Amino acid sequence: MVHEGQPKLAFMSTPFSILWLQAGSCGGCTMSALAADDVGLVQALARFGIHLLWHPSLSEETGADALAILAECASGKTKVDALCVEGAALTGPHGSGRFQMMSGTGLPMTHWIKAIAAQAEHVVAVGSCAAFGGIPATEANPTDAVGLQYGDHGLLGPDFRGRAGLPVINIAGCAPHPGWLIETLAELALSGACALDSLGRPRSFADHLAHHGCSRNEFYEFKASAARSSDRGCLMENLGCKATQAPGDCNIRRWNGFGSCTDGGYTCINCTSPGFQDPGAPFQETAKIAGIPVGLPVDMPKAWFVALAALSKSATPKRVRANAHADHVIIPPARLPPKQSS
Amino acid sequence: MNAKPTRLIMGPFNRVEGDLEVSLDVSAGQVQSARVTAPLYRGFEQILAGRPPEDALVIAPRICGICSVSQSVAAARALAQIAGIAMPDNGRLVTDLVLAAENAADHLTHFVLFFMPDFARPVYADRPWYEAAHRRFAAQGGQAGQSLVPARARFLHLMGLLAGKWPHSLALQPGGVTKGVDTSERIRLLGILADFRAALETSLFADRLETIAGLDSAETLNAWADAAPMDQGDFRLFLHIARDLELGRLGLGPTRFISYGSFGLWPAGIVINGNKAAFDPTLVSEDLSHAWMDAPTRPDADKPGAYSWCKAPRLDGASMETGALARHLVAGDPLAWSLAPAGGTVTARVVLRLVELARLVVAMEGWVRDLRPGQPFCVESPLPLRGTGLGLVEAARGALSHRLGCDGGIIRDYAIIAPTTWNFSPRDQDGNPGPLEQALVGAQVRDGETSPVMVQHIVRSFDPCMVCTVH
Repeated sequence: MVHEGQPKLAFMSTPFSILWLQAGSCGGCTMSALAADDVGLVQALARFGIHLLWHPSLSEETGADALAILAECASGKTKVDALCVEGAALTGPHGSGRFQMMSGTGLPMTHWIKAIAAQAEHVVAVGSCAAFGGIPATEANPTDAVGLQYGDHGLLGPDFRGRAGLPVINIAGCAPHPGWLIETLAELALSGACALDSLGRPRSFADHLAHHGCSRNEFYEFKASAARSSDRGCLMENLGCKATQAPGDCNIRRWNGFGSCTDGGYTCINCTSPGFQDPGAPFQETAKIAGIPVGLPVDMPKAWFVALAALSKSATPKRVRANAHADHVIIPPARLPPKQSS
Repeated sequence: MNAKPTRLIMGPFNRVEGDLEVSLDVSAGQVQSARVTAPLYRGFEQILAGRPPEDALVIAPRICGICSVSQSVAAARALAQIAGIAMPDNGRLVTDLVLAAENAADHLTHFVLFFMPDFARPVYADRPWYEAAHRRFAAQGGQAGQSLVPARARFLHLMGLLAGKWPHSLALQPGGVTKGVDTSERIRLLGILADFRAALETSLFADRLETIAGLDSAETLNAWADAAPMDQGDFRLFLHIARDLELGRLGLGPTRFISYGSFGLWPAGIVINGNKAAFDPTLVSEDLSHAWMDAPTRPDADKPGAYSWCKAPRLDGASMETGALARHLVAGDPLAWSLAPAGGTVTARVVLRLVELARLVVAMEGWVRDLRPGQPFCVESPLPLRGTGLGLVEAARGALSHRLGCDGGIIRDYAIIAPTTWNFSPRDQDGNPGPLEQALVGAQVRDGETSPVMVQHIVRSFDPCMVCTVH
């Protein structure tokens, strides 16, 4: 539903329509997007001429009215520029999809996703569940959860392409930064295309690492490591931080105005990558072999890493070492003593 | 008369969190009986079993994207009980701030985006308040959404500052929080709260938060509603709508309420037929007779007689309503008792959420001032290899519990009972309906309505969170 008075950019000559479905999800991607750009999902998209045909949390239409919209999207009568799916496709039990029935329809959600995806110009997986299976697809995977296209068992299959020619666009993250969603959709509306990495993630955010811009950089450089929660030191050596391997511009932009995982004091769990839900060790502990972390920075030779780490540790200033093991600055950078008031 | 009831199936039921189907037997223009179906199963209890206990801090918040912090706090409290530790004052204050921010944002989102847009529907075009309701609350374009959604987003900067991000933070730990607050951050927090207060006082309440927080009876509430034009403040507009549609008599739930207590503001307990009593966790059981479950963690989609993935929690065999109204009834709040002396109604549920929103923001301002930068925010919490912990928390929607049993450093069993599991439970083995199923009986169904609007008001007055329900 487009409302009068919503601002549109002059160059957006044709409207761009989104249909949003929630599959096996926690709803967190929508909740995150509701704070997009501090104006909210609807207004953030409206700036680019993008509107929601229907969204389960935000639309007025319910019941039969909502089903009519979905049916027209599935039949091709209503053009869907992007089908956004939030949450994993639950294919169980026994391939029936009955772990998630679309209420009021007697049909599994997987049916509706496939039917509308076949008509959509683009299919966008919002969040790591829709992209790769995510948390529901842990080792136990009680619901046979899969991503839309990831791996051999993706719901839409490896050869799927949207009508515009792209594979499923994976806006990974748990939950993704709302900017990743808004900017990807705006790019699709603007240019009809979007550069993707080998796992279907938009390169606009996936070409960075969560480590880039981390405010703990000085602690990282000196391998001055946090030993416990709330320490200010680098989280990589002991507390499981995977930011040096995790795709995302997480520390280049801000989350909820001020934050990021590492600024919030906790470890990056690499939530933009397939399989993040099963790290093989506790999330908040660094897996090590012979004292050396297993997960080293993505493209760094191990021998160099070990050599540099040893060197930098031996050069760590007292200030950095002390502050690494505290929740506030114990020793400020050296300078002249502060002025005393007389 | 007394024709065979017509069966109405309502779905997809939107502007609730997650998947919901409501099946109604209707005759003589009224709902005769209702069945509430949660058509989604996600299996989190199965996912958590077999993992290291601390992994619950990553997995549990992802049960729910709208009450993610509540899930984190419940998991952290269960772990803290096993570790036998208590967090320092700063850790408790920041945990309370983050939890209160989630609850407050949730109350606002529910009112503005989920609940109120129903009054902007054409079915009410002849009502005197319709023009104002449509102007303020039309879905995806109403003025209230255009100003209060951005205000909510800026309020959630508090999450960015204290919890890194929202939803799904790992900042909330058994021993406190991972982020220490320095003096400049403390000032920024006060600035965030001041902006949020201004937004609420301008358009939602059109009055001081303290005035709303101090409302103490149906009479003072009515007097406040009449003290200004009906569209002066969205809360006042709702009160006028509620009076016109008699929402204060709609959606009468059970006369049994449960609250685990919150923030030291509202104590834990239960209310049964007007009598307050202590909460005894050993009296809680989960009835599976109408759930598609063979055992607490074993799904069976073909189970005869079952109609929901939701289990039916009962306290000493009885269904219980939970939420902001329950919290205030249990706490002996005079406004709550005045509005709901004989069970919850649509008006009582919504009023207490908004009044709680005002009270939370006032309390948060005090907690920020109480923070002591430089003092500890977290203590270590080494876990023994074996133990059982119970984490109780009040989410925006009510009572949430996590029971975690570990042995050999591994989670052996993990049991979650979410607020909407209480409120939207199916029938139990004695055929007793869940609270919503009870509250829907008697709701008006107009000729030709396939999704009766009164039913929608009742359902949304509970603010269901189905994703939690079917963890």
